[in-house]
Amino acid sequence: MNSITFIIRRAIHSIFVLLGLSIVIFGISRIMPGDPARMAVGARAPQWVVDNLHQQMHLDEPLYAQYYYWLRDALHGDFGISLVTRRPVSEDIKEFFPATFELTLFAGVIMGGAGIFLGTVSARHKDKWIDNLVRVISYLGVVTPSFVFAILFLLLFGMTLNWMPTMGRLSVDVPRPPVITGLITVDSLLTGNPQAFFDALWHLILPGLALAMSGLAQEARITRSTMSDNLNKDYIASERSLGIPEKVIMRRFLLKPSLIPTISILGLDFAGTMSNAFLVELIFNWPGSSRYGINAMLRKDLNAIAAVILILGVVFIVVNILVDIVVAQLDPRIRLAPGRSE
Amino acid sequence: MTVQTKNPKKASILTRDKRRENLGRRWYKFSRNPMSIVGMTTVLLVVFLAIFAPVIAPHPEAAGKFVDFANASLSPCWRYPFGTDVIGRDIMSRIFFGFRFSLTMGMVVLILVVPPGVTLGLIAGYNQGTWIETVIMRITDIFLAVPPLVLALAIASVLTPNLFNSMIAVSLMWWPWYTRLVYGLASTLRNEFFVNSAEALGASSAHIIFREILPNCISPIFTKMSLDMGWVILIGSSLSFVGLGVQAPKPGLGTMVADGSQYLPDQWWISVFPALAIVVVVLGFNLLGDGLRDMFAAEEV
Repeated sequence: MNSITFIIRRAIHSIFVLLGLSIVIFGISRIMPGDPARMAVGARAPQWVVDNLHQQMHLDEPLYAQYYYWLRDALHGDFGISLVTRRPVSEDIKEFFPATFELTLFAGVIMGGAGIFLGTVSARHKDKWIDNLVRVISYLGVVTPSFVFAILFLLLFGMTLNWMPTMGRLSVDVPRPPVITGLITVDSLLTGNPQAFFDALWHLILPGLALAMSGLAQEARITRSTMSDNLNKDYIASERSLGIPEKVIMRRFLLKPSLIPTISILGLDFAGTMSNAFLVELIFNWPGSSRYGINAMLRKDLNAIAAVILILGVVFIVVNILVDIVVAQLDPRIRLAPGRSE
Repeated sequence: MTVQTKNPKKASILTRDKRRENLGRRWYKFSRNPMSIVGMTTVLLVVFLAIFAPVIAPHPEAAGKFVDFANASLSPCWRYPFGTDVIGRDIMSRIFFGFRFSLTMGMVVLILVVPPGVTLGLIAGYNQGTWIETVIMRITDIFLAVPPLVLALAIASVLTPNLFNSMIAVSLMWWPWYTRLVYGLASTLRNEFFVNSAEALGASSAHIIFREILPNCISPIFTKMSLDMGWVILIGSSLSFVGLGVQAPKPGLGTMVADGSQYLPDQWWISVFPALAIVVVVLGFNLLGDGLRDMFAAEEV
C-alpha cells in the first residue's frame, strides 16, 4: 500500500467519524428538556412567534428530518442564531476562532519543541541530576490540570512579579494590526509591525505555557523513553564502533526514529490543548472561541455549543490525519504495511 | 505480549498458601519502588481525610452554608492553617470535604463506565473481523474523536449543573477508553490456544468471553482504573471550575479554585491551596497506578 492510498483510506474513515460525531452533537443539543424555540425568544413572547419559529427551525418534524436540516445548514456554514449574542453563530466563530487557534498553535509549538528538547537532554544524561529534574517536572506537568498552571502562572509572573500581561491578546495602547489571517502575530508580521508582533507574543507566553505544560511533560517522557531504548540498539553500537561522533549519531541516526511515538502523541495532546483552552481562556480573559463556547454552555446557547464542538472535532480529526501522514513519512513500516489503515 | 496467558482455571486450583505467597511476591515487587509507596500513602491519606472529614476537619461547619465575617479573609495562621475565604470559612476543612466529592466522582464514574466499556471491548475483540467489531469500534472512534473534556462540558451544560449530572456527563465520555484497551487485549487473547480449545470443547461465547478472556485482562483494567481515578478527578475539577459540577456552597475543589481566583493576588490562599489539593490527589493516584502497572507488568495501559 503506498502513501496515497493510505491517506485516502484515512480520510474516508475520518468522514464517517465526523458524521457520527455530528449525530452525537445533534443528540446532545436535543436531549435538553424544554422548547428551544421558546428559549430563543424568551418567556414573554406571544405564542404565534414561537409557532413561527417552530416552523422555521423545523421543530414540528420528526427527529431524523430535523437532523437532516441541521446537517445541511451546518455543511453550508450556517449554525443558526446565537441565543446570547443574537448574531449568526458562524460569524461569532469567525471572529473568535483565530484567537483560540493562535493560542493553541503556540502551545503546540512549545509543547513539541520544549518536550522533545527536554526528552533528548534527559535521555542523553540518563540517571544524572538533570534527567531526574526533567522527570520530576514532567510528572508534575502531567498530573497538574492546566487551569491550575494558569492560576499559578498568573499569580506568580503576572501579578506578584509583574513581568507579564495578565489578560487579552494585546496591550491597550498597541493598535491592532488589520485582520488578514486573524492571528495577530502573523498579521503584524505581514504588515511589518514589530511593536504589535512582540506585544502579541508577550501576551501569548503565559496562557500558551499553561496550556502546553501537560503535553510538554508527556512529550518529554515519551521522547526520553524511546530514545533511551533506541540508544541500546545494535545499530547505534555499530555506528559508535565506526567512530562516528556522538553528536552526529544523536542528531542524524537517533532523533528521527525516536520521534515517531512522540509525534503520534503530539496529535492527541494538541487535542487536549484545545479542550483545556476552554479553561485557560477563561482565566486569561482571552477572546477566543473556547471562552465563547464556555459562555454558550453556561447560558445553554445550543446552536453555539453545537458549532463550537463540531469545529473542534473537525480540527482534531484534521490534525490527526496530518500526524498520521507525518508518521507514515517517518516510519516506512507503517506506510508499507499491507492492510493497516490506522 | 506480557499478558499472562495461562489458563485461569489453574489459578483457582492454587492452595490458599500459594496464593498468599503470590500476594507477598507482588507486594515485594510493588514496594521496591519508593514512588509507588508514596502514591499509595497519598491515596490512603486522602481517602482517610475524606471519610473522617467531619471528625478531623478543624472547622467542619465551614463545609456548608456558614458565615463568619469576624474571621474573614485571614491569611494562613495557627487556627486556620490554610487561611479563610471572604466569608470566613476555613479553607483546610473545605478541602477535606472537597476530597469527598472528588473521590465520589471518581468512584461513581468508574463504576458506571468499566462494566459496559469492558464488555463492549471483549465482544468486539472476540468477534474480530465481523460486523460486530466494526460497529463497536467505529462508535468508539466517534467518541474518541473529540477530547473528553469538551463533550463532557457540552453534556454537563445542557443538564442541570450539579455533581450527579457531571458524573453522568463524564461517564458518557469515558467508556470508549476501556473498550479500546480491552479490545486490544481480547483480540490477541482470542487466538490463544486455551481459547481455541474452549471453542473446540463447545463452550458458549459468553463463557469464553467472561471466563476465559476476561480473567486475563484484569490486571491492565485494574491499572487503568487506578490511573483513571486521577484523570476523572481532574476532569471533574475542571467541570466544577467552570461551574458545571459541584455547586456552591458545597466545597468542590474546582469550585473553590474558581471562587478564589477572583481575589488574586491579595488572597492567594483561597485558590492556591485547593489547586494544590487537586494536584496531590491526581499525583497520588498516578503514582499508585504506575506502581500497579510495574507490578502487573501491564504495559498496554
